[in-house]
Amino acid sequence: MWIFRKCLFLPIILVSPFSLPCAVCMTNCPTLIVTVGLPARGKTYISKKLTRYLNWIGVPTREFNVGQYRRECLKIYKSFEFFRPDNEEGLKIRQQCASAALNDVRQYLADGGQVAVFDATNTTRERRETITVFAEQNGFKVFFVESVCEDPEVIAENIVQVKLGSPDYTNCNTEEAMEDFKKRIKCYENSYETLDEVLDRHLSYIKIMDVGRRYLVNQVQDHIQSRIVYYLMNIHITPRSIYLCRHGESDLNVKGCIGGDSGLSPRGKEFAKYLRQFIQSQEISDLKVWTSQMKRTIQTAEAVSVPYEQWKALNEIDAGVCEEMMYEEIQQHYPLEFAMRDQDKYRYRYPKGESYEDLVQRLEPVIMELERQENVLVICHQAVMRCLLAYFLDKTAEELPYLKCPLHTVLKLTPVAYGCKVESIYLNVDAVNTHRERPENVEVSRMAEEALLTVPAHQ
Amino acid sequence: MTLSVWALPSADMTTAQEKNELTQTPLLKIWVPWLGMGGCKLSCRRGSSVPQLTNSPTLIVMVGLPARGKTYISKKLSRYLNWIGVPTKVFNLGQYRREAVQSYKNFEFFRPDNEEAMQIRRACATNALKDVVIYFSKDHGQVAVFDATNTTRERRISIVSFSKEKGYKVFFVESICDDPDIIAQNITEVKVSSPDYVNCDKDEAQADFLKRIECYKQSYVPLDDEKDRHLSYIKIFNVGSRYLVNRVQDHIQSRIVYYLMNIHVTPRSIFLSRHGESELNLLGRIGGDSGLSPRGHKYATALGGFIKGQHIKDLKVWTSHMKRTIQTAEHLGIPYEQWKALNEIDAGVCEELTYEDIQENHPEEFALRDQDKYRYRYPNGESYEDLVHRLEPVIMELERQENVLVVCHQAVMRCLLAYLLDKTSDELPYLKCPLHTVLKLTPVAYGCRVEHICLNIEAVNTHRERPGNVDVTRDPEEALKTIPEHF
Repeated sequence: MWIFRKCLFLPIILVSPFSLPCAVCMTNCPTLIVTVGLPARGKTYISKKLTRYLNWIGVPTREFNVGQYRRECLKIYKSFEFFRPDNEEGLKIRQQCASAALNDVRQYLADGGQVAVFDATNTTRERRETITVFAEQNGFKVFFVESVCEDPEVIAENIVQVKLGSPDYTNCNTEEAMEDFKKRIKCYENSYETLDEVLDRHLSYIKIMDVGRRYLVNQVQDHIQSRIVYYLMNIHITPRSIYLCRHGESDLNVKGCIGGDSGLSPRGKEFAKYLRQFIQSQEISDLKVWTSQMKRTIQTAEAVSVPYEQWKALNEIDAGVCEEMMYEEIQQHYPLEFAMRDQDKYRYRYPKGESYEDLVQRLEPVIMELERQENVLVICHQAVMRCLLAYFLDKTAEELPYLKCPLHTVLKLTPVAYGCKVESIYLNVDAVNTHRERPENVEVSRMAEEALLTVPAHQ
Repeated sequence: MTLSVWALPSADMTTAQEKNELTQTPLLKIWVPWLGMGGCKLSCRRGSSVPQLTNSPTLIVMVGLPARGKTYISKKLSRYLNWIGVPTKVFNLGQYRREAVQSYKNFEFFRPDNEEAMQIRRACATNALKDVVIYFSKDHGQVAVFDATNTTRERRISIVSFSKEKGYKVFFVESICDDPDIIAQNITEVKVSSPDYVNCDKDEAQADFLKRIECYKQSYVPLDDEKDRHLSYIKIFNVGSRYLVNRVQDHIQSRIVYYLMNIHVTPRSIFLSRHGESELNLLGRIGGDSGLSPRGHKYATALGGFIKGQHIKDLKVWTSHMKRTIQTAEHLGIPYEQWKALNEIDAGVCEELTYEDIQENHPEEFALRDQDKYRYRYPNGESYEDLVHRLEPVIMELERQENVLVVCHQAVMRCLLAYLLDKTSDELPYLKCPLHTVLKLTPVAYGCRVEHICLNIEAVNTHRERPGNVDVTRDPEEALKTIPEHF
């Protein structure tokens, strides 16, 4: 494993196994993130998004949604009456579910998890006190994320987007479901104790007010909490779309060579024109266009004929000594490297080059800015696009390097409910295939043919 | 996931944009459309590795009673923004006042009923804002920090209208502190030695300053949750234990908030050192990933001894991913962390060459580098400017940490040092960072105290000064004049 990452020196070091530059020291204490807030305040949305982000940057994170536990326990949801504060039986079940979830949290954090997100209302001080004690006993740091919102339109929109489609309401019509859910919220309102500036001054937390207009941040303890705060302060829910595509087919693509800094092939130039027409037809308001600093993405953007910005961070993965080689040449000159790459494509670092893992770290500021922005078209490269896509579609490190990102195809990503809708638009200009599947045999002892079996055709 | 094939309607696609030709600018290695063809679509300043995500100038307005750290924050923020490439300047109202009123008598100047003084103070504010306008319009400034108390709503409203009129964005930074110990400490560190109190003894100065604070307290109206809900601001409570952030408008404000939330005032020291002398250093070769020379190993051992002798509490040690820094850290006997971001500048095609080689094989590149060493990017490599962006997360984490030893490389150390000592991008690539020398940086007052500790182990000199002639037409001897000796 050390060899993949080109770390020659092993002894007492704390080489971070994650992409986070100093993960081990910063996060030796697992962290328990605890959401707080009335129903329909975006707690699950935030939990899932935050989990996705932390996993992508290499911090093993999992969310634990108490509502799931309740659904497993209760099988059938009848009505809001279950949540009435005077419903003794209901309270008992809910208590049990919370405990079951915390048990799983403890298990997860003991088994290699770094961050657990405990997604529940946690609206009483008493409940939060219980959790704090649990965390202390187990040596976890606690960070609360409270979402406060009184805008009736936002709340109604939330209910429509995610509650009506919930398993709880499969047999109800829209109006019934809406009515019941509103009564459910009421059940919590009386006993709701928001995080208090004075009473809770020793707790670490962020209070998000009115979907991000205002934040109160208290006692940030460490690096990971600081990163979480920064992330939460940059996300928004304004509807928008993100368009991802690669540069048009390049001269080196045609030859089957990786990397380099070549210009577009004739078909690539054709694609760029089609891209312009496509973008115009989408009639996107205020579109930002980003490229890398490599010739082929810039040539593509120039043809689209809108102002664009160059990011060095969007440059293709650096293949080091393998730059501009065909796979056949890599097999010939570096058969060992070639095999190791197939063994762990995510962590493998080219000699004097980069790994996908390095790429993710490099791309983090791009993701952060993508979160801040609204409509954006990113014209980039195969490995880069795989990393960005993996972030938006919550793909694992194993899946990431094999995501299909063909040339001359635009992916339109639109956030919806808790995830992302993806539309793939092929712009009808032929191009080589540059996708190499993982071959069967990844042993260093394999034959050349076995290694080259999955190499796509080229000139 | 829905799939579709998009069919192009048959329309005329030939446009003036047929020219897909690009050229690469020689210094920055940026691809731009063939110049001379009616402009390109590249929207902003070329060359930086990160887009300039700011368009309107931003006016940062400090708010708070005296001795709440406003000037400390102003200077630090300005240093950070300049380092990441956002031209920023601080406009300190106290300076303007000192220029207007040549000698300071006592706190009575600040009494709210002192009409004459009020007039002078208002005139100073107007002049400062006039200078802000000049800074933005003529001097290409991006961010101006208006460092004054700005404690009344009236004053803040007038600043907001001024900004609106000019098209500047406004972001308030309020510092609130009621801990008397912190305030006393502030007064001792920076007020007592101010030009205002040059003829007073410490106790007199302290007493007068406390009365000065009282003058402001009466009329102090903090930013209000309700009344000021449309303003963009951050409120910092008690040196960072709590923050209130309202209506962050854009990227730069978001970065400012993140930075302010990561800095602290706990006393600590930062130690910067290069790896021990390497095999390639001895040969006068740049870059590469070689191991330590025998003298390099000696240095590493000496470094270990030095560190032990310092008795530093909870020292964190950081290295790059390159062999020579790791070998150095190994001798320390302390756990260390590797950061890829601390790797030496990538010299691209010039990796492992001597300067003589570079002059022989890439004489033009060599000259371009001497012309603008900060922005010059090696072919297939990096520039100092790229390095700074790469190092930004390191700086952010350095701000969060306390005692840290960073074992790194020449160019990297120059960048870090430039940040800590507020050096310009012109000075940065020529900062002296010799081998086998530790720099101990300790924040004090508004800056940083630097101690150079040479550990007395011989090493080659790797510092190449800018030569007299930087033209591409120069003779090889002129280019090689300033090369340090090597084997």
